Amino acid sequence: MNRKMAQLLALAALFGIGLLGPWLAPSYISQFAQLWLFIVLALSWDIMGGQTGYNSFGNIIFFGIGMYVSAVAQVGLVWPVAEYTAAKGGGTEFVFNADQIHAGLALGIPLGGLVAMLAAIVLGALLLGMRGHYFAIATLGLAVATAELAAGWDYIGAGSGMVTPTLPGDMNGPVLFYYLSLGLAIVTILVFAWVYSTRFRLAINAIRDDEDKAEALGHHTTRNKMTAWAISALFTGMAGAIYGNLSGFIDPHDIAFNAEIGVWMILMAILGGKGTLWGPIIGAIVFFISKELFWTYLLGWQRVALGLLIVIIVVFFPEGIMGWVRERWPHLFAPPHLDDEEDDETPAGADEDKEAAHA
Amino acid sequence: MREKRDWQVQDRPLLEVKNLTKRFGGVVANHNVSLFVERGTIVGLIGPNGSGKTTLFNCIVGQYPIDEGEIWFEGEEISRYRTAHIARMGLMRTFQQTRIFGKMTCVENMLVSMSERRRRLTDLFTPGSRADRARALDLLQFVGLYSKRHHLAGSLSFGQQKLLEFAMALMSEPEMLLLDEPTAGINPTLINGLVDRLRRANAELGITLLVIEHNMRVIMNLAEYIYCLAHGEMLASGPPEEIRNDQRVIDAYLGAT
Amino acid sequence: MQNLQLLLQAPVFNIQLLLDGMFIGAVFALAALGMALVWGVMNIINVSQGEFVMLGGFIALMVAEAGFSPLLGIPLAALVLFALGWGLYKGVIWRIVEADMFTSLLATFGISIMLQQLMNEVFGADVRTAESGLGVWFLFDGMVTVTQIKVLAFILSFVIGLALWLFLKNARLGQAIRATAQNARAARILGIDTDKVYAATYAINAALCGAAGALVVMAWSIHPYMGLPYTLRSFMIVIVAGLGNLAAVISAGLGLGMAEQFAGFILGAEFQLAFVFLLLVAVLVGRQIALARKRQYLK
Repeated sequence: MNRKMAQLLALAALFGIGLLGPWLAPSYISQFAQLWLFIVLALSWDIMGGQTGYNSFGNIIFFGIGMYVSAVAQVGLVWPVAEYTAAKGGGTEFVFNADQIHAGLALGIPLGGLVAMLAAIVLGALLLGMRGHYFAIATLGLAVATAELAAGWDYIGAGSGMVTPTLPGDMNGPVLFYYLSLGLAIVTILVFAWVYSTRFRLAINAIRDDEDKAEALGHHTTRNKMTAWAISALFTGMAGAIYGNLSGFIDPHDIAFNAEIGVWMILMAILGGKGTLWGPIIGAIVFFISKELFWTYLLGWQRVALGLLIVIIVVFFPEGIMGWVRERWPHLFAPPHLDDEEDDETPAGADEDKEAAHA
Repeated sequence: MREKRDWQVQDRPLLEVKNLTKRFGGVVANHNVSLFVERGTIVGLIGPNGSGKTTLFNCIVGQYPIDEGEIWFEGEEISRYRTAHIARMGLMRTFQQTRIFGKMTCVENMLVSMSERRRRLTDLFTPGSRADRARALDLLQFVGLYSKRHHLAGSLSFGQQKLLEFAMALMSEPEMLLLDEPTAGINPTLINGLVDRLRRANAELGITLLVIEHNMRVIMNLAEYIYCLAHGEMLASGPPEEIRNDQRVIDAYLGAT
Repeated sequence: MQNLQLLLQAPVFNIQLLLDGMFIGAVFALAALGMALVWGVMNIINVSQGEFVMLGGFIALMVAEAGFSPLLGIPLAALVLFALGWGLYKGVIWRIVEADMFTSLLATFGISIMLQQLMNEVFGADVRTAESGLGVWFLFDGMVTVTQIKVLAFILSFVIGLALWLFLKNARLGQAIRATAQNARAARILGIDTDKVYAATYAINAALCGAAGALVVMAWSIHPYMGLPYTLRSFMIVIVAGLGNLAAVISAGLGLGMAEQFAGFILGAEFQLAFVFLLLVAVLVGRQIALARKRQYLK
């Protein structure tokens, strides 16, 4: 069995579990929906942090932007937004029927992703001409600045936040949002698998491994970095859009631009193994399950544990779970000439390079 | 053999450096250096250690800002452009200490080196066409690394990495290559093979070469015109036989300036 | 924007803002000196810089709550933070000195979250301040107030900065630190125990931040989440002033302090932090454009 088959099987298994999830564990459906979104967040972070070598502390910006844009679009289709937010979600006055909810989500989720992507392009144009650690610190500042700005903007409810449209009583919200999350996760994994099969992965890996050399080869490095960040923002924004609906309430500091979730994205990707397709997926699953199992027992100290966890993982296990697997079973990661496709076209005189073998 | 010409002549050489001066603080690394390289030729650049050869390369390809002078490539003044832009114009360099992507295989190194010239962003979102892959393999074959094509580049020996870097440079279809000591660190028995490949790249692929080289036998053999730098200034220039017998060059190398 | 008119109509308010900006700016400069030191010597951008300042503040606060003068907290905070810095180096930082900058960035980021949340658990999230017991000066018929502790903070920041400079210039360890900053391998070959130098550098940085924090809690206020803005301010100052230029660091610190006071007054206090962060981005972009003209990158 070659690697491609194994990957396809793993994907099929993941999606199978996902589809059956609501029947297997109906009472945990919201948690599982979150897990799917976390996989999206981890994968999206990794295309910058792992594949391009640009650690963004600011991806939470796109999460929050997606969330707010979607909520505003969903509300705005039906009601004037400013009055809606001023009424703090509006109780009995601002009701939505099922069609309006569906139309709102159909518009809001993609729009949230697109606006987040646009933000990434604008911010990227400003910040991505500079090299890694400057970018990292700049995004750290931007993330907090965005939260502060959102908390000062009345249109979206300022510091007191806004409520996402309340579903009519006959709609099953958890199941709807679960399948939306699952769908987004499936699309994200497939898109990333495709992106990583193209030369674009090589181009961003080149930036990560030796940016000066990539420049010397004539790469449009800034453009490539911006593209990677835009892809990252697109999916992070859509995840934010769904997350906002899942939570039902959006608040600038505690939900939309929640610094803690911003840290989780990084941690999940590193935990699973930066710079791989499966690392962030595995990292998100492991992190999420352990978070659900242990977080509540830490009684307020979980955030201290979060910091400690980062230090331990970064310092002692920088290669993550995938790195450990690679070390344990190296043959799984052997160079691809074992299952080769193109060797039949061996040029004539291939033995000439024996001399180079001694060089 | 060519002669020094009037700079005003219409058909300009491919690369032309005019009165270039580069200082690092108080140290003048290049002072009033001028040289030109005609399309399709192989030109050598020699000089004792610390004479400013690599600095000159770095100035030409856009690594350093220059203090005075002009650099013309294909009729365009490039002394304010940055590396990537210049590389896309078709002027590339290899590094003295080789720079390859160690965590990628040789084939991947080749595919990532494809020229971005005349290509759009969407072209990156393909696995690389059959023709591109075939050309990558051909070039690996050309430098003698075909059997290593799926090895991680980081696992190659220094000499092999050097050959890979050369192949990567060819993959990006440059008009002109600046090679910084291509034979340094290569097993002496293989130098002839390498020199032969440089010549073939020049003759068959039409790539103009400017080569920094310490190995006198190699450079006298390879280049049709040679510039000699000493203490950051252009000491002498001429065909190999002239340079070989130039007393100033001999003195510079023996340190008897 | 009404406040802008106020500034134009009553120029004396400008003096108040300028003075306040200068006082706090000197403390910013102190933390920035530490960051420049660690950055220059160890090639680490210490993201937990602001948390060290915060810890120093809480130590002085504890001293005050135990019934002593919080002024005693200044040396004590420096001392405790020195020990903590040394401990952190021996526990974590030494493993990442040679690693790439991302690793150290993430690791110190983790430390910063840990300290921040730890203090939140221990002291709660409230804004705290320690009464220094010093008086207030009124200038311009009482239009401008100057608390004496701010003046003291300003002077002490200068004194500490000067002491650091003399130490680096003359002391044996200071010379070893400078040698290591220039070329760690060569220093090692010449018999300098670079591991000890790194530990000392990191500890001295923590001590500087600790002293700064003790000044902050007396002259201004502290809370567990104050760290990140201080880290980013230090970073910004270092980018503008460069590594290893004391006078530039101080003037950049003072400039930032004043800019912030004016921005906070004109835009409203709730946007003061957002202003700091956006200024950071502006500074970075400005540096980047300036470097691009020299064919260089911000790296």
